[in-house]
Parts: sequence; structure tokens; C-alpha cells
Amino acid sequence: MSAVYVWVETFEGKANPTSWEALGAGSTLAKGFGVPLTALVFGENAQAVAEEAATYGAENVIVCGDATLNGFRLEPYAALLAKLVQDNAPKAVLAVGTSRARELLSASAADTDSGMLTEAIELSADGDVVKVVRPVYAGKLTADAQSSGEGTIFLTIRGRAFKANEPNAGASASVTTVDAVLAEGDIATKVESFEAEVGTVNLTDAAIIVSGGRGMANNPKDAPSDAADAAVWKAQDGYEHVLQPLADVLGAAVGASRASVDAGYIPYAHQVGQTGKTVAPDLYIACAISGAIQHQAGMRTSKVIVAINKDADAPIFKLANYGIVGDLYKVVPALTAELKKKLGK
Amino acid sequence: MPVIVFTRSTPDTAAKVDVDGSGNVTWGDAATVVNPWDEYALEEAILQAKNGAGKAVVVAIGAEMNNDALKHSLAMGLDEAIRVEDASLNATEGLAYATTAAAAVNKVGEVDLVIFGKESVDVGTDQHAYMTARKLGWTMLSYVSKILEVDYEAKTIKVEKMLEQGKQILTSTLPAVITVMKDINEPRYPSFIGIRKASKAQIPVWSLGDLGIDAPPKKTETTAFNNLPVKDIEVQMLEGEPEEQAAKLVEKLLEEKVL
Repeated sequence: MSAVYVWVETFEGKANPTSWEALGAGSTLAKGFGVPLTALVFGENAQAVAEEAATYGAENVIVCGDATLNGFRLEPYAALLAKLVQDNAPKAVLAVGTSRARELLSASAADTDSGMLTEAIELSADGDVVKVVRPVYAGKLTADAQSSGEGTIFLTIRGRAFKANEPNAGASASVTTVDAVLAEGDIATKVESFEAEVGTVNLTDAAIIVSGGRGMANNPKDAPSDAADAAVWKAQDGYEHVLQPLADVLGAAVGASRASVDAGYIPYAHQVGQTGKTVAPDLYIACAISGAIQHQAGMRTSKVIVAINKDADAPIFKLANYGIVGDLYKVVPALTAELKKKLGK
Repeated sequence: MPVIVFTRSTPDTAAKVDVDGSGNVTWGDAATVVNPWDEYALEEAILQAKNGAGKAVVVAIGAEMNNDALKHSLAMGLDEAIRVEDASLNATEGLAYATTAAAAVNKVGEVDLVIFGKESVDVGTDQHAYMTARKLGWTMLSYVSKILEVDYEAKTIKVEKMLEQGKQILTSTLPAVITVMKDINEPRYPSFIGIRKASKAQIPVWSLGDLGIDAPPKKTETTAFNNLPVKDIEVQMLEGEPEEQAAKLVEKLLEEKVL
């Protein structure tokens, strides 16, 4: 029976919260095609995640709790997804475009000779065809693209571009359990070890981002005499003791410009922009970021943009909803204090 | 046993990219550059060639503008460059790209390692790399931040892979396709001699016929490119001492309901 499939990504037995956005987008598509919405849940704790998927709108759930699927590995996941697609010919397979989802859906699309459209920010069904709008040229343009209408189309959506359905605690789904396709002996890739990163906030999932640029080095504090590089010390101290407290009071992630990453002020994982992460939070606060076109490409679709910069002519002010000309080392602590007061923290 | 790296030319990251009146994508007089993520892949191919893989071959699929990226690659020190172009091929589609890339790898022959940059900054993302691995039927290792061991005799590889939640150490078997991260190496600049040599290089062009395949059927289609809607907002500047500016901003953000 035809359906729209949504892969519910899990990590250590818990659903990735953005997966519910995929079920939200999948609902629209399934209604457009007049077919049921089916969630796919693989790996540890699959049964419990399946029940949760029902509350977010899945009418059917296909689960596979085989031990080979504990922890994502491409080979067993792609083999299972490709088999489900071959056996059941769904209209579409959809997931939020995380690194794992992009890899999994691409692999199964190739295995089944199916089309794929990535990073959709708008999505609709038109007859048998799926139409999407997707950012291209690192967010500088958008493209309208569509499927041929034949076979299965694989789709990834951008995180935070679609809304999850309101959870309905009473909803249940019909659950089908399937076997894994590959046995452990058939899987070449083995995970030797995993080292969790502590204290990272996922930039692409964040509702609020506080970003610091090269001006972070204008910290009025004096670097200790044994610091290897005074500018690096000052900027790092600024991220830790000025930006992070603002991020903490807002529940925000900390971002950075390429210039500050290249200068060694903050690790690459924080970089927003064309060669870093593309983000679209509700609120983006750019501190001492001039707003090079590459940085703009990564954050211009944020809902509300605030720029704090000493230079009144900085290009970032052309993009911002609110601008403050001033020294971040004076403005940000004042902002943190005011927010603590107003938000009662 | 060559190592193959795929690359492409993309508009300079600082270029303003626009859709012109006839719906075509343009970046004016701005130069094209090697897709920024590919620089790490090219450097890794040079290192792996020295590390026992043999020679390093760079391949681009698409129109003549990709010769710029190939010449840059040769100037960096890649041993050979090949471009694949065919009027019947739409290389912007992942599946068509991957089918072609896999055929090109097979034509070069006896390859154990294929390297891609983490993604492309033009119209693709990263699907073409994963699809190429599957079309070859090879191991796929993505987001590689370090190659810890590779044994071309025993056909084994051990890598560090970045996840959203941390780092994994993975072992697997060759042949493999890998995508590499920014952290993996420090790409070299082309040398003066390298640039001179590359400028004289004749880059062979392979057709789909040379690869022994037909153009894959079209599964998706891009119907239009659009400029981003102009943000018709005027920035509101908040004046005063820092405390006043902060108080005004918090008031505005509460009104916007983004806190």
C-alpha cells in the first residue's frame, strides 16, 4: 500500500525532536496524496519511540529493533530502508536533513534508483508530483524543484522550516515489526569507540543564537602575561564570560563568524555562514560581526536579527531588525542583566 | 593504485549570486574557485597518494568552467585531471552525477579510495557523494576528520568521524568513499611551478560513451531559480547609554515574542 514514509531519527534510544517536524511536513504531503502517514523507527527503544510518533500524527509505524541497528551505521540502515521502499513503493520518504538523514536517504535513493530533493523549505503535492523550494548557492538564492511523479521521491527538509503537529496524547498507530536485512557479519563498518562532546548546543536546532565576531578580541580585560597570544586569550575570555552568560539566560547556542574561527578564538563547530552552518533561529544576536556576504548567507533567514557593532557602517546593520552602535563589552553585560530582570531569572 | 578525488568549480564565496532577467544564475565578473570544502579533499588525496595509494587523480563532472578547479588541483600537486561532460547529462541531479562518477571510477580502475569534500556550495549538497558510494557498492565513511590507519594491502581503513553529538572511531574495509571535514588537514597553496605546469596541461574530456553508460533517466527537475525576497525592513537603531539600549532592546524582543 502506498504511503508517505517519515524516518524518525533516534540517538541512544530517544527521538531527535526535529523528527516531529518531519512528521508535520509528512502529514501535509500524505493528505495531498491521500495516503497514510507511516513513521519508520529503527534501533534501540524503537517500540517506545513508535508510540511517541503516533502522538505526533503517524497513522502507521514500521519498527525494527534489531541489535545491528543500535547506533546509526549506514549499511544496515540503508539496506533496510531500501528493502522497505522496494517492497512497498511509498510515494515519498522524508526526514529532517541532519547529517545522518542526508546520508541514509541518499544511499537508499541510489539503491532504488529514485530521485531525491534535499533541504526543502517549502513542500507540496501536486497530482503525483512533489514540488519543493530549496536554498541553493549557500542560501544566496532559492530553487523551485520537483519530482517526476514516478516511483518514490526521497526528500529531506531543513530543520525549523516546518512545524510539528500538536501532540495528541490519545492517538495510537498500527505498528508493524520487520526484520533487519543485514546480519552483523554482513556489515563491514564497526564502531570502535564514541566520545560524546560535552556542553555543545546544536546550532541548527537552536531557537536563539548569540554570535561573536572578530571584535571579541577587544576585551578590555588584560591578558595574563603567560598567555601565548593576547588577542586569542581576550576573545576566548569574552566568549566564556560575556557571550556565554547571555546565551545561558536566553537558552541560546553560541555562534561565531569565520574570521573569529580562523583567528583561533573559538572552535569551528560554532561557525555560522557559507563554509559553516546555515541557521534560521527566531532570534539571532550578532555581536561585533561586520556581516560579510558569506556570513549573511548562513543567517539571513533568521526571524529577528539584532546587530551590536562599534562601526555604524557595518553591513550587518542592513540586514538587522534592531541595531545598537556600541561596544559589545558594555552592551552585552547590560543586556544580560536586563534579561535576567525581565525574565525573572 | 590511484586515489580519486572529485571536485567542481563554484562561484567565489564572496560573490553576489543573482538571478538575471531571463532567469539565469549569474555572479557577474566574479571568479570561480574550487568548491571550498574540496580543498581538504584535494590535500588528502595528495597525502594518501604519498602514503601508498599511488597517484592522485582529480575528476570533475560538468561544463568547461570546471577546468578552473581542475587546474587549481593540478597546481596543488594532483597527478592527473579528467573532466566528464556530455550534452545528455544533467550533473546537478544527484543520481545522474553518482551514476557517472561511479562509471568514471571504474574506468580509471583499481581504485581503493575515493574522496569528496563534505558538501558543495552551489546547487548540490552532499547527496552525490553518498550516492556514488552506493552506485559503486563500496563502503561509505562520511564526515571524516582524521584517517587514522589505511592499509592498501589488507584493504582496511580506520577513521575518526564527526557526529552532531561527538566523535566516533570507525573501522571498515576498502574500497571506500569518504567525505572529509575541514579539520582533516591544512590545504597547501599551489606553488609557482605548479601553476605554470597546470596552465599548460591539456585536460582530457570523457563522454558518457567513453564511460560506457547512457544518461540516467531524469528523476527530478529544477524549474526555476529565484532571488531571495528583499527584506523590506528598516533597521531600528536603539540609542542611549548601554543600559538604555539594553532596556529598549529587551522591550522590542518581548513585543516580537522571540524570547
